[in-house]
Amino acid sequence: MKNNLSFEVFYLVLQIFGIFTISFILLHLVPGDPILIMLGESSTISDRVALRESLGLDQPLLQQLYHSLRGIFQGDFGVSIFSQQPVAQLITEAIKNTYVLAITSLMITLTFGLTAGFFAAKNQGQWLDKWISNSSLFFISIPHFFLGPLLILLFSIFLGWLPVSGMSGFNSIILPALTLALGLLAVTIKMTRNCMVDLMNSDVVRTARAKGLSEWSVMIHHVFRLVLIPIVTLLGMQFGSLLSGAVITETIFSWDGIGKLLVDSIQTRDYPITQACILLIATSYVCINFLTEILYQFIDPRMRHS
Amino acid sequence: MNKIALFFFAVWSFFVVVRLALNWDANEMIFYKILSDPSTDAWLGRDDYGRSILARLIDGLINSLTIVFIVTLVASSIGIIIGVVAGYFGGKIDQLISYFINLFMSFPGILLAIAFAAILSPGKLNLIIALSIGSWVSYARLARAQTLITKNCDYVKASKTMGSNDFWILKKHILPALQTPLLVEGTYSVAGLIIAEASLSFLGLGIQAPEASLGGMMRDSVRFLLVSPHYAIFVGASIMSLVYCINATGDFLHKYWNVEIIHDR
Repeated sequence: MKNNLSFEVFYLVLQIFGIFTISFILLHLVPGDPILIMLGESSTISDRVALRESLGLDQPLLQQLYHSLRGIFQGDFGVSIFSQQPVAQLITEAIKNTYVLAITSLMITLTFGLTAGFFAAKNQGQWLDKWISNSSLFFISIPHFFLGPLLILLFSIFLGWLPVSGMSGFNSIILPALTLALGLLAVTIKMTRNCMVDLMNSDVVRTARAKGLSEWSVMIHHVFRLVLIPIVTLLGMQFGSLLSGAVITETIFSWDGIGKLLVDSIQTRDYPITQACILLIATSYVCINFLTEILYQFIDPRMRHS
Repeated sequence: MNKIALFFFAVWSFFVVVRLALNWDANEMIFYKILSDPSTDAWLGRDDYGRSILARLIDGLINSLTIVFIVTLVASSIGIIIGVVAGYFGGKIDQLISYFINLFMSFPGILLAIAFAAILSPGKLNLIIALSIGSWVSYARLARAQTLITKNCDYVKASKTMGSNDFWILKKHILPALQTPLLVEGTYSVAGLIIAEASLSFLGLGIQAPEASLGGMMRDSVRFLLVSPHYAIFVGASIMSLVYCINATGDFLHKYWNVEIIHDR
Protein backbone atom coordinates (compact mmCIF):
# COMPACT_ATOMS: atom_id res chain seq x y z
CA MET A 1 0.00 0.00 0.00
CA LYS A 2 2.87 2.34 0.82
CA ASN A 3 4.17 2.15 -2.71
CA ASN A 4 0.70 2.59 -4.05
CA LEU A 5 0.09 5.67 -1.93
CA SER A 6 3.31 7.45 -2.90
CA PHE A 7 2.52 6.77 -6.53
CA GLU A 8 -0.93 8.23 -6.08
CA VAL A 9 0.43 11.34 -4.38
CA PHE A 10 2.84 11.76 -7.26
CA TYR A 11 0.01 11.38 -9.76
CA LEU A 12 -2.07 13.93 -7.81
CA VAL A 13 0.72 16.51 -7.98
CA LEU A 14 1.16 15.76 -11.67
CA GLN A 15 -2.55 16.24 -12.25
CA ILE A 16 -2.66 19.58 -10.43
CA PHE A 17 0.36 20.75 -12.38
CA GLY A 18 -1.33 19.64 -15.60
CA ILE A 19 -4.52 21.54 -14.75
CA PHE A 20 -2.54 24.66 -13.99
CA THR A 21 -0.47 24.53 -17.15
CA ILE A 22 -3.43 23.79 -19.42
CA SER A 23 -5.60 26.55 -17.96
CA PHE A 24 -2.66 28.96 -18.10
CA ILE A 25 -1.82 28.21 -21.70
CA LEU A 26 -5.46 28.31 -22.80
CA LEU A 27 -6.03 31.62 -21.11
CA HIS A 28 -3.12 33.04 -23.08
CA LEU A 29 -3.79 31.35 -26.38
CA VAL A 30 -7.40 32.43 -26.63
CA PRO A 31 -7.88 34.92 -29.47
CA GLY A 32 -8.53 38.45 -28.28
CA ASP A 33 -6.42 40.63 -26.06
CA PRO A 34 -7.37 40.37 -22.37
CA ILE A 35 -6.05 43.89 -21.80
CA LEU A 36 -8.37 45.24 -24.46
CA ILE A 37 -11.31 43.32 -23.01
CA MET A 38 -10.56 44.51 -19.48
CA LEU A 39 -10.08 48.17 -20.31
CA GLY A 40 -12.52 48.46 -23.20
CA GLU A 41 -12.06 49.71 -26.75
CA SER A 42 -11.98 53.38 -25.75
CA SER A 43 -8.97 53.09 -23.41
CA THR A 44 -5.77 55.00 -24.13
CA ILE A 45 -2.67 53.21 -25.36
CA SER A 46 -0.60 54.31 -22.38
CA ASP A 47 -3.16 52.74 -20.01
CA ARG A 48 -2.99 49.49 -21.95
CA VAL A 49 0.79 49.42 -21.86
CA ALA A 50 0.82 50.19 -18.13
CA LEU A 51 -1.66 47.41 -17.30
CA ARG A 52 0.15 44.96 -19.56
CA GLU A 53 3.39 45.68 -17.75
CA SER A 54 1.88 45.50 -14.28
CA LEU A 55 0.31 42.12 -15.08
CA GLY A 56 3.56 40.95 -16.64
CA LEU A 57 1.85 40.09 -19.92
CA ASP A 58 4.67 41.62 -21.97
CA GLN A 59 7.08 38.86 -20.99
CA PRO A 60 7.59 35.58 -22.87
CA LEU A 61 5.01 32.87 -22.13
CA LEU A 62 7.38 30.51 -20.32
CA GLN A 63 8.63 33.26 -18.05
CA GLN A 64 5.05 34.23 -17.22
CA LEU A 65 4.26 30.61 -16.41
CA TYR A 66 7.30 30.44 -14.14
CA HIS A 67 6.39 33.71 -12.39
CA SER A 68 2.80 32.79 -11.69
CA LEU A 69 3.80 29.30 -10.50
CA ARG A 70 6.33 30.85 -8.11
CA GLY A 71 3.69 33.31 -6.95
CA ILE A 72 1.22 30.53 -6.20
CA PHE A 73 3.76 28.62 -4.14
CA GLN A 74 4.24 31.77 -2.10
CA GLY A 75 0.48 32.17 -1.70
CA ASP A 76 0.38 35.13 -4.06
CA PHE A 77 -2.37 34.92 -6.66
CA GLY A 78 -2.12 38.52 -7.78
CA VAL A 79 -4.48 41.41 -7.20
CA SER A 80 -8.11 41.71 -8.27
CA ILE A 81 -8.44 44.20 -11.11
CA PHE A 82 -11.91 45.23 -10.06
CA SER A 83 -11.68 45.65 -6.28
CA GLN A 84 -7.86 45.93 -5.96
CA GLN A 85 -7.90 43.42 -3.10
CA PRO A 86 -5.43 40.51 -3.04
CA VAL A 87 -6.99 37.53 -4.82
CA ALA A 88 -5.77 35.11 -2.15
CA GLN A 89 -7.82 36.91 0.49
CA LEU A 90 -11.01 37.02 -1.58
CA ILE A 91 -10.64 33.38 -2.46
CA THR A 92 -10.01 32.08 1.06
CA GLU A 93 -13.16 33.81 2.23
CA ALA A 94 -15.18 32.37 -0.66
CA ILE A 95 -13.86 28.82 -0.45
CA LYS A 96 -14.69 28.74 3.27
CA ASN A 97 -18.31 29.60 2.52
CA THR A 98 -18.50 27.04 -0.26
CA TYR A 99 -17.14 24.31 1.96
CA VAL A 100 -19.63 25.17 4.71
CA LEU A 101 -22.38 24.79 2.12
CA ALA A 102 -20.98 21.63 0.53
CA ILE A 103 -20.34 19.88 3.84
CA THR A 104 -23.80 20.77 5.14
CA SER A 105 -25.40 19.24 2.07
CA LEU A 106 -23.16 16.18 2.30
CA MET A 107 -24.30 15.75 5.92
CA ILE A 108 -27.95 16.05 4.88
CA THR A 109 -27.34 13.54 2.10
CA LEU A 110 -25.62 11.01 4.34
CA THR A 111 -28.08 11.16 7.25
CA PHE A 112 -31.29 11.16 5.26
CA GLY A 113 -29.96 9.08 2.38
CA LEU A 114 -28.83 6.18 4.52
CA THR A 115 -31.93 6.32 6.74
CA ALA A 116 -34.42 6.49 3.88
CA GLY A 117 -32.55 3.84 1.90
CA PHE A 118 -32.53 1.63 4.98
CA PHE A 119 -36.28 1.93 5.53
CA ALA A 120 -37.03 1.47 1.85
CA ALA A 121 -35.02 -1.75 1.83
CA LYS A 122 -36.59 -2.96 5.07
CA ASN A 123 -40.10 -2.42 3.69
CA GLN A 124 -39.18 -3.69 0.27
CA GLY A 125 -42.06 -3.66 -2.22
CA GLN A 126 -44.48 -1.91 0.14
CA TRP A 127 -45.96 1.57 -0.27
CA LEU A 128 -43.15 3.31 1.64
CA ASP A 129 -40.53 1.76 -0.62
CA LYS A 130 -42.46 2.70 -3.74
CA TRP A 131 -43.07 6.22 -2.51
CA ILE A 132 -39.39 6.75 -1.68
CA SER A 133 -38.28 5.32 -5.03
CA ASN A 134 -40.70 7.44 -7.05
CA SER A 135 -39.96 10.70 -5.28
CA SER A 136 -36.23 10.12 -5.53
CA LEU A 137 -36.63 9.62 -9.28
CA PHE A 138 -38.18 13.09 -9.41
CA PHE A 139 -35.30 14.67 -7.52
CA ILE A 140 -32.65 12.97 -9.64
CA SER A 141 -34.03 14.55 -12.80
CA ILE A 142 -34.65 18.08 -11.51
CA PRO A 143 -31.85 20.53 -12.37
CA HIS A 144 -30.44 22.82 -9.66
CA PHE A 145 -31.61 25.98 -11.39
CA PHE A 146 -35.23 24.82 -11.15
CA LEU A 147 -35.11 23.15 -7.74
CA GLY A 148 -33.72 26.30 -6.12
CA PRO A 149 -36.57 28.58 -7.27
CA LEU A 150 -39.12 25.89 -6.42
CA LEU A 151 -37.82 25.67 -2.84
CA ILE A 152 -37.81 29.47 -2.56
CA LEU A 153 -41.41 29.54 -3.78
CA LEU A 154 -42.51 26.91 -1.31
CA PHE A 155 -40.57 27.77 1.85
CA SER A 156 -39.93 31.49 1.52
CA ILE A 157 -42.84 32.93 -0.41
CA PHE A 158 -45.83 30.67 0.35
CA LEU A 159 -44.88 29.45 3.81
CA GLY A 160 -42.61 32.34 4.79
CA TRP A 161 -40.42 30.13 6.98
CA LEU A 162 -36.98 30.79 5.52
CA PRO A 163 -35.18 33.77 3.98
CA VAL A 164 -35.16 33.99 0.17
CA SER A 165 -31.41 34.52 -0.16
CA GLY A 166 -28.36 36.02 1.48
CA MET A 167 -26.12 34.82 4.29
CA SER A 168 -27.66 35.98 7.55
CA GLY A 169 -27.80 33.40 10.28
CA PHE A 170 -28.38 29.68 10.35
CA ASN A 171 -31.71 29.75 8.55
CA SER A 172 -30.25 31.03 5.32
CA ILE A 173 -28.07 27.96 4.76
CA ILE A 174 -31.03 25.57 4.76
CA LEU A 175 -32.42 26.28 1.29
CA PRO A 176 -29.12 26.35 -0.64
CA ALA A 177 -27.93 23.24 1.18
CA LEU A 178 -31.20 21.46 0.37
CA THR A 179 -30.97 22.51 -3.28
CA LEU A 180 -27.52 20.98 -3.50
CA ALA A 181 -28.39 17.93 -1.45
CA LEU A 182 -31.71 16.72 -2.87
CA GLY A 183 -30.37 15.42 -6.18
CA LEU A 184 -27.47 13.67 -4.50
CA LEU A 185 -29.79 12.45 -1.76
CA ALA A 186 -32.03 10.79 -4.31
CA VAL A 187 -29.09 8.91 -5.86
CA THR A 188 -27.85 7.90 -2.41
CA ILE A 189 -31.25 6.56 -1.37
CA LYS A 190 -31.59 4.55 -4.55
CA MET A 191 -28.12 3.09 -4.22
CA THR A 192 -28.44 2.32 -0.50
CA ARG A 193 -31.75 0.62 -1.07
CA ASN A 194 -30.56 -1.53 -3.96
CA CYS A 195 -27.33 -2.48 -2.18
CA MET A 196 -29.17 -3.43 0.99
CA VAL A 197 -31.73 -5.49 -0.86
CA ASP A 198 -28.91 -7.40 -2.57
CA LEU A 199 -27.01 -7.82 0.67
CA MET A 200 -29.95 -9.02 2.72
CA ASN A 201 -30.29 -11.97 0.37
CA SER A 202 -26.55 -12.68 0.36
CA ASP A 203 -24.54 -15.44 2.00
CA VAL A 204 -22.83 -13.01 4.37
CA VAL A 205 -26.10 -12.07 6.01
CA ARG A 206 -27.46 -15.60 5.99
CA THR A 207 -24.31 -16.81 7.76
CA ALA A 208 -24.47 -13.99 10.28
CA ARG A 209 -28.10 -14.81 11.05
CA ALA A 210 -27.29 -18.51 11.29
CA LYS A 211 -24.61 -17.72 13.85
CA GLY A 212 -27.45 -16.37 15.98
CA LEU A 213 -26.52 -12.68 15.84
CA SER A 214 -29.28 -10.27 16.68
CA GLU A 215 -30.96 -8.50 13.77
CA TRP A 216 -29.44 -5.20 14.94
CA SER A 217 -25.94 -6.63 15.01
CA VAL A 218 -26.36 -8.12 11.53
CA MET A 219 -27.47 -4.75 10.22
CA ILE A 220 -24.69 -2.70 11.79
CA HIS A 221 -21.72 -5.04 11.46
CA HIS A 222 -22.43 -6.72 8.17
CA VAL A 223 -24.95 -4.94 6.01
CA PHE A 224 -24.15 -1.37 6.94
CA ARG A 225 -20.39 -1.65 6.56
CA LEU A 226 -20.71 -3.19 3.14
CA VAL A 227 -23.24 -0.58 2.05
CA LEU A 228 -20.81 2.19 3.00
CA ILE A 229 -18.31 1.13 0.31
CA PRO A 230 -20.39 2.00 -2.76
CA ILE A 231 -21.85 5.05 -0.99
CA VAL A 232 -18.41 6.52 -0.28
CA THR A 233 -17.38 5.95 -3.89
CA LEU A 234 -20.60 7.51 -5.09
CA LEU A 235 -20.29 10.59 -2.89
CA GLY A 236 -16.66 11.05 -3.83
CA MET A 237 -17.51 10.78 -7.51
CA GLN A 238 -20.47 13.10 -7.14
CA PHE A 239 -18.45 15.78 -5.39
CA GLY A 240 -17.76 17.32 -8.75
CA SER A 241 -21.46 17.69 -9.43
CA LEU A 242 -21.73 19.26 -5.98
CA LEU A 243 -19.08 21.82 -6.94
CA SER A 244 -20.63 22.61 -10.32
CA GLY A 245 -24.04 22.67 -8.66
CA ALA A 246 -22.61 25.10 -6.13
CA VAL A 247 -21.85 27.56 -8.94
CA ILE A 248 -25.56 27.71 -9.83
CA THR A 249 -26.93 27.37 -6.31
CA GLU A 250 -24.72 30.13 -4.96
CA THR A 251 -25.82 32.40 -7.78
CA ILE A 252 -29.50 31.76 -7.02
CA PHE A 253 -29.20 32.26 -3.27
CA SER A 254 -26.52 35.01 -3.29
CA TRP A 255 -24.27 32.78 -1.24
CA ASP A 256 -20.78 34.34 -1.29
CA GLY A 257 -18.89 31.21 -2.24
CA ILE A 258 -16.36 30.33 -4.89
CA GLY A 259 -19.04 29.70 -7.52
CA LYS A 260 -20.61 33.11 -7.15
CA LEU A 261 -17.16 34.70 -7.09
CA LEU A 262 -16.35 32.90 -10.34
CA VAL A 263 -19.54 34.03 -12.08
CA ASP A 264 -19.17 37.60 -10.80
CA SER A 265 -15.53 37.74 -11.88
CA ILE A 266 -16.47 36.54 -15.36
CA GLN A 267 -19.06 39.27 -15.62
CA THR A 268 -16.65 42.00 -14.43
CA ARG A 269 -13.82 40.45 -16.51
CA ASP A 270 -11.57 40.13 -13.51
CA TYR A 271 -9.08 37.67 -15.05
CA PRO A 272 -6.84 37.00 -12.03
CA ILE A 273 -9.89 35.98 -9.95
CA THR A 274 -11.38 33.86 -12.74
CA GLN A 275 -8.14 31.98 -13.18
CA ALA A 276 -7.66 31.44 -9.45
CA CYS A 277 -11.26 30.23 -9.04
CA ILE A 278 -10.98 27.71 -11.86
CA LEU A 279 -7.67 26.48 -10.53
CA LEU A 280 -9.05 26.16 -7.02
CA ILE A 281 -12.25 24.35 -8.03
CA ALA A 282 -10.31 21.95 -10.24
CA THR A 283 -7.68 21.33 -7.57
CA SER A 284 -10.18 20.68 -4.81
CA TYR A 285 -12.03 18.32 -7.11
CA VAL A 286 -8.89 16.29 -7.79
CA CYS A 287 -7.96 16.33 -4.10
CA ILE A 288 -11.40 15.07 -3.06
CA ASN A 289 -11.10 12.23 -5.57
CA PHE A 290 -7.74 11.39 -4.04
CA LEU A 291 -9.16 11.43 -0.49
CA THR A 292 -12.03 9.22 -1.62
CA GLU A 293 -9.52 6.69 -2.85
CA ILE A 294 -7.75 6.74 0.53
CA LEU A 295 -11.01 6.51 2.47
CA TYR A 296 -12.04 3.65 0.24
CA GLN A 297 -8.96 1.68 1.19
CA PHE A 298 -9.64 2.46 4.82
CA ILE A 299 -13.20 1.14 4.73
CA ASP A 300 -12.52 -1.83 2.50
CA PRO A 301 -9.40 -3.75 3.63
CA ARG A 302 -9.48 -5.81 0.44
CA MET A 303 -8.45 -2.71 -1.52
CA ARG A 304 -5.20 -2.35 0.43
CA HIS A 305 -3.70 -5.51 -0.92
CA SER A 306 -4.80 -5.31 -4.50
CA MET B 1 -42.33 3.96 -25.64
CA ASN B 2 -43.22 5.62 -22.37
CA LYS B 3 -46.71 7.21 -22.56
CA ILE B 4 -45.89 10.31 -20.52
CA ALA B 5 -42.85 10.98 -22.69
CA LEU B 6 -44.93 10.54 -25.84
CA PHE B 7 -47.46 13.01 -24.47
CA PHE B 8 -44.79 15.67 -23.77
CA PHE B 9 -43.27 14.96 -27.14
CA ALA B 10 -46.62 15.57 -28.83
CA VAL B 11 -47.18 18.79 -26.88
CA TRP B 12 -43.75 20.13 -27.78
CA SER B 13 -44.10 19.21 -31.46
CA PHE B 14 -47.58 20.76 -31.57
CA PHE B 15 -46.30 24.08 -30.22
CA VAL B 16 -43.27 24.11 -32.50
CA VAL B 17 -45.56 23.58 -35.50
CA VAL B 18 -47.97 26.28 -34.28
CA ARG B 19 -45.04 28.62 -33.71
CA LEU B 20 -43.72 28.05 -37.24
CA ALA B 21 -47.17 28.20 -38.84
CA LEU B 22 -48.39 31.36 -37.12
CA ASN B 23 -44.90 32.89 -37.10
CA TRP B 24 -45.13 34.28 -33.55
CA ASP B 25 -42.79 37.12 -32.79
CA ALA B 26 -40.92 36.18 -29.61
CA ASN B 27 -39.56 39.72 -29.27
CA GLU B 28 -42.84 41.59 -29.53
CA MET B 29 -43.17 43.71 -26.40
CA ILE B 30 -46.50 44.89 -25.01
CA PHE B 31 -45.60 47.11 -22.10
CA TYR B 32 -48.98 47.47 -20.44
CA LYS B 33 -49.13 43.68 -20.12
CA ILE B 34 -45.81 43.22 -18.30
CA LEU B 35 -45.76 40.03 -16.18
CA SER B 36 -49.44 39.42 -16.89
CA ASP B 37 -51.09 36.07 -16.11
CA PRO B 38 -51.86 33.49 -18.79
CA SER B 39 -54.48 34.77 -21.23
CA THR B 40 -55.78 34.03 -24.72
CA ASP B 41 -53.19 36.14 -26.52
CA ALA B 42 -50.26 34.74 -24.52
CA TRP B 43 -51.13 31.26 -23.29
CA LEU B 44 -48.48 31.16 -20.59
CA GLY B 45 -48.53 34.85 -19.67
CA ARG B 46 -45.97 37.53 -20.44
CA ASP B 47 -42.47 38.23 -19.12
CA ASP B 48 -40.87 41.36 -17.66
CA TYR B 49 -40.73 43.05 -21.08
CA GLY B 50 -44.29 42.08 -21.96
CA ARG B 51 -43.15 39.33 -24.33
CA SER B 52 -45.14 36.13 -24.69
CA ILE B 53 -43.54 33.44 -22.50
CA LEU B 54 -44.82 30.61 -24.71
CA ALA B 55 -43.36 32.13 -27.88
CA ARG B 56 -40.03 32.64 -26.14
CA LEU B 57 -40.07 29.13 -24.72
CA ILE B 58 -40.49 27.66 -28.20
CA ASP B 59 -37.75 29.90 -29.59
CA GLY B 60 -35.54 28.99 -26.64
CA LEU B 61 -36.21 25.32 -27.34
CA ILE B 62 -35.26 25.71 -31.00
CA ASN B 63 -32.10 27.65 -30.08
CA SER B 64 -31.14 25.16 -27.42
CA LEU B 65 -31.72 22.13 -29.65
CA THR B 66 -29.77 23.71 -32.52
CA ILE B 67 -26.76 24.26 -30.28
CA VAL B 68 -27.04 20.84 -28.70
CA PHE B 69 -27.28 19.26 -32.16
CA ILE B 70 -24.13 21.01 -33.39
CA VAL B 71 -22.27 20.17 -30.20
CA THR B 72 -23.28 16.52 -30.47
CA LEU B 73 -22.11 16.44 -34.08
CA VAL B 74 -18.74 18.05 -33.25
CA ALA B 75 -18.13 16.16 -30.01
CA SER B 76 -19.12 12.77 -31.42
CA SER B 77 -16.99 13.17 -34.56
CA ILE B 78 -13.94 14.13 -32.52
CA GLY B 79 -14.64 11.50 -29.89
CA ILE B 80 -15.24 8.69 -32.39
CA ILE B 81 -12.08 9.45 -34.40
CA ILE B 82 -9.91 9.64 -31.30
CA GLY B 83 -11.51 6.62 -29.66
CA VAL B 84 -11.31 4.42 -32.76
CA VAL B 85 -7.68 5.37 -33.43
CA ALA B 86 -6.75 4.57 -29.82
CA GLY B 87 -8.66 1.32 -29.75
CA TYR B 88 -7.66 0.04 -33.17
CA PHE B 89 -3.97 0.90 -33.30
CA GLY B 90 -3.22 0.44 -29.60
CA GLY B 91 0.32 0.70 -28.28
CA LYS B 92 1.91 4.08 -27.61
CA ILE B 93 -0.92 6.04 -29.32
CA ASP B 94 -3.47 4.29 -27.14
CA GLN B 95 -1.48 5.07 -23.98
CA LEU B 96 -1.20 8.74 -24.86
CA ILE B 97 -4.87 9.08 -25.78
CA SER B 98 -5.95 7.14 -22.71
CA TYR B 99 -3.94 9.53 -20.56
CA PHE B 100 -5.83 12.48 -22.05
CA ILE B 101 -9.16 10.69 -21.75
CA ASN B 102 -8.46 10.09 -18.07
CA LEU B 103 -7.37 13.68 -17.55
CA PHE B 104 -10.63 14.95 -19.03
CA MET B 105 -12.65 12.27 -17.29
CA SER B 106 -11.39 13.50 -13.94
CA PHE B 107 -13.67 16.55 -14.26
CA PRO B 108 -17.39 16.64 -14.68
CA GLY B 109 -18.21 17.96 -18.18
CA ILE B 110 -20.30 20.85 -16.96
CA LEU B 111 -17.47 22.18 -14.75
CA LEU B 112 -15.13 22.00 -17.72
CA ALA B 113 -17.69 23.81 -19.87
CA ILE B 114 -18.10 26.54 -17.24
CA ALA B 115 -14.33 26.94 -17.07
CA PHE B 116 -13.99 27.22 -20.83
CA ALA B 117 -16.98 29.49 -21.19
CA ALA B 118 -15.32 31.66 -18.54
CA ILE B 119 -12.03 31.76 -20.40
CA LEU B 120 -13.62 32.37 -23.80
CA SER B 121 -16.03 35.28 -23.87
CA PRO B 122 -19.80 34.65 -23.92
CA GLY B 123 -21.44 33.95 -27.28
CA LYS B 124 -22.95 31.17 -29.37
CA LEU B 125 -19.75 29.94 -31.02
CA ASN B 126 -17.85 29.89 -27.74
CA LEU B 127 -20.76 28.12 -26.08
CA ILE B 128 -20.50 25.40 -28.72
CA ILE B 129 -16.73 25.14 -28.21
CA ALA B 130 -17.07 25.00 -24.43
CA LEU B 131 -19.77 22.32 -24.50
CA SER B 132 -17.88 20.27 -27.10
CA ILE B 133 -14.73 20.28 -25.00
CA GLY B 134 -16.79 19.07 -22.08
CA SER B 135 -18.50 16.23 -23.91
CA TRP B 136 -16.21 14.55 -26.46
CA VAL B 137 -14.68 12.30 -23.81
CA SER B 138 -17.67 10.05 -23.26
CA TYR B 139 -17.83 9.32 -27.01
CA ALA B 140 -14.10 8.65 -27.16
CA ARG B 141 -14.28 6.24 -24.25
CA LEU B 142 -17.20 4.35 -25.67
CA ALA B 143 -15.72 4.23 -29.19
CA ARG B 144 -12.40 2.98 -27.84
CA ALA B 145 -13.98 0.22 -25.73
CA GLN B 146 -16.28 -0.85 -28.55
CA THR B 147 -13.42 -0.89 -31.07
CA LEU B 148 -11.33 -3.07 -28.77
CA ILE B 149 -14.17 -5.58 -28.53
CA THR B 150 -14.90 -5.64 -32.25
CA LYS B 151 -11.21 -5.83 -33.19
CA ASN B 152 -10.89 -9.18 -31.46
CA CYS B 153 -14.00 -10.70 -33.02
CA ASP B 154 -13.47 -13.68 -35.29
CA TYR B 155 -14.95 -12.07 -38.36
CA VAL B 156 -12.52 -9.17 -38.14
CA LYS B 157 -9.61 -11.57 -37.70
CA ALA B 158 -10.87 -13.55 -40.69
CA SER B 159 -11.09 -10.40 -42.76
CA LYS B 160 -7.53 -9.55 -41.76
CA THR B 161 -6.33 -13.02 -42.70
CA MET B 162 -7.86 -12.57 -46.11
CA GLY B 163 -5.68 -9.51 -46.61
CA SER B 164 -7.99 -6.58 -45.87
CA ASN B 165 -6.16 -3.38 -45.06
CA ASP B 166 -6.84 -1.22 -41.99
CA PHE B 167 -8.99 1.26 -43.88
CA TRP B 168 -11.28 -1.49 -45.17
CA ILE B 169 -11.65 -3.08 -41.75
CA LEU B 170 -12.41 0.26 -40.11
CA LYS B 171 -14.99 1.10 -42.74
CA LYS B 172 -16.64 -2.28 -43.13
CA HIS B 173 -16.39 -3.78 -39.65
CA ILE B 174 -15.46 -1.38 -36.88
CA LEU B 175 -17.60 1.68 -37.69
CA PRO B 176 -20.84 -0.26 -38.36
CA ALA B 177 -20.40 -2.03 -35.02
CA LEU B 178 -20.12 1.34 -33.29
CA GLN B 179 -23.39 2.67 -34.65
CA THR B 180 -26.03 1.48 -32.20
CA PRO B 181 -24.16 1.92 -28.90
CA LEU B 182 -23.08 5.41 -29.96
CA LEU B 183 -26.63 6.38 -30.97
CA VAL B 184 -27.94 5.32 -27.55
CA GLU B 185 -25.08 7.08 -25.75
CA GLY B 186 -25.66 10.12 -27.95
CA THR B 187 -29.34 10.30 -27.01
CA TYR B 188 -28.56 10.25 -23.31
CA SER B 189 -25.83 12.83 -23.73
CA VAL B 190 -28.25 15.17 -25.55
CA ALA B 191 -30.34 15.26 -22.37
CA GLY B 192 -27.24 16.15 -20.35
CA LEU B 193 -26.23 18.77 -22.90
CA ILE B 194 -29.61 20.50 -22.72
CA ILE B 195 -29.17 20.89 -18.97
CA ALA B 196 -25.55 22.00 -19.45
CA GLU B 197 -26.53 24.57 -22.07
CA ALA B 198 -29.35 25.85 -19.88
CA SER B 199 -26.97 26.06 -16.90
CA LEU B 200 -24.44 28.09 -18.87
CA SER B 201 -27.13 30.42 -20.22
CA PHE B 202 -28.52 30.66 -16.68
CA LEU B 203 -25.11 31.89 -15.50
CA GLY B 204 -24.99 34.40 -18.36
CA LEU B 205 -22.23 32.47 -20.15
CA GLY B 206 -24.33 31.06 -22.97
CA ILE B 207 -26.83 32.54 -25.39
CA GLN B 208 -27.03 36.26 -24.78
CA ALA B 209 -30.19 38.37 -24.38
CA PRO B 210 -32.35 39.41 -26.18
CA GLU B 211 -32.19 36.05 -27.94
CA ALA B 212 -34.43 33.53 -26.23
CA SER B 213 -32.83 30.63 -24.36
CA LEU B 214 -34.22 28.22 -21.81
CA GLY B 215 -31.51 28.98 -19.24
CA GLY B 216 -31.71 32.73 -19.79
CA MET B 217 -35.47 32.67 -19.25
CA MET B 218 -34.98 30.67 -16.07
CA ARG B 219 -32.60 33.32 -14.78
CA ASP B 220 -35.01 36.15 -15.64
CA SER B 221 -37.92 34.32 -14.06
CA VAL B 222 -36.09 33.86 -10.75
CA ARG B 223 -36.00 37.64 -10.36
CA PHE B 224 -39.81 37.78 -10.50
CA LEU B 225 -40.68 34.83 -8.29
CA LEU B 226 -42.71 37.02 -5.96
CA VAL B 227 -44.78 38.72 -8.67
CA SER B 228 -45.32 35.93 -11.17
CA PRO B 229 -44.34 32.51 -9.86
CA HIS B 230 -45.95 30.87 -12.89
CA TYR B 231 -43.11 32.20 -15.08
CA ALA B 232 -40.43 30.20 -13.26
CA ILE B 233 -42.63 27.14 -12.97
CA PHE B 234 -43.49 27.08 -16.68
CA VAL B 235 -39.87 27.49 -17.76
CA GLY B 236 -38.53 24.95 -15.28
CA ALA B 237 -41.24 22.42 -16.07
CA SER B 238 -40.58 22.81 -19.80
CA ILE B 239 -36.89 22.08 -19.38
CA MET B 240 -37.65 19.07 -17.20
CA SER B 241 -40.25 17.66 -19.59
CA LEU B 242 -37.84 18.08 -22.48
CA VAL B 243 -35.05 16.27 -20.68
CA TYR B 244 -37.49 13.59 -19.60
CA CYS B 245 -38.61 13.02 -23.22
CA ILE B 246 -35.05 12.60 -24.41
CA ASN B 247 -34.05 10.28 -21.58
CA ALA B 248 -37.14 8.18 -22.29
CA THR B 249 -36.14 8.01 -25.97
CA GLY B 250 -32.71 6.84 -24.85
CA ASP B 251 -34.28 4.13 -22.69
CA PHE B 252 -36.49 3.08 -25.58
CA LEU B 253 -33.58 2.80 -28.03
CA HIS B 254 -31.51 1.00 -25.43
CA LYS B 255 -34.21 -1.65 -25.03
CA TYR B 256 -35.19 -1.75 -28.70
CA TRP B 257 -31.71 -2.44 -30.00
CA ASN B 258 -30.80 -4.41 -26.91
CA VAL B 259 -27.32 -2.88 -26.88
CA GLU B 260 -24.74 -3.09 -24.18
CA ILE B 261 -22.98 0.17 -23.38
CA ILE B 262 -19.42 -0.65 -22.37
CA HIS B 263 -17.10 2.10 -21.27
CA ASP B 264 -14.11 0.33 -19.79
CA ARG B 265 -11.98 -2.29 -21.34
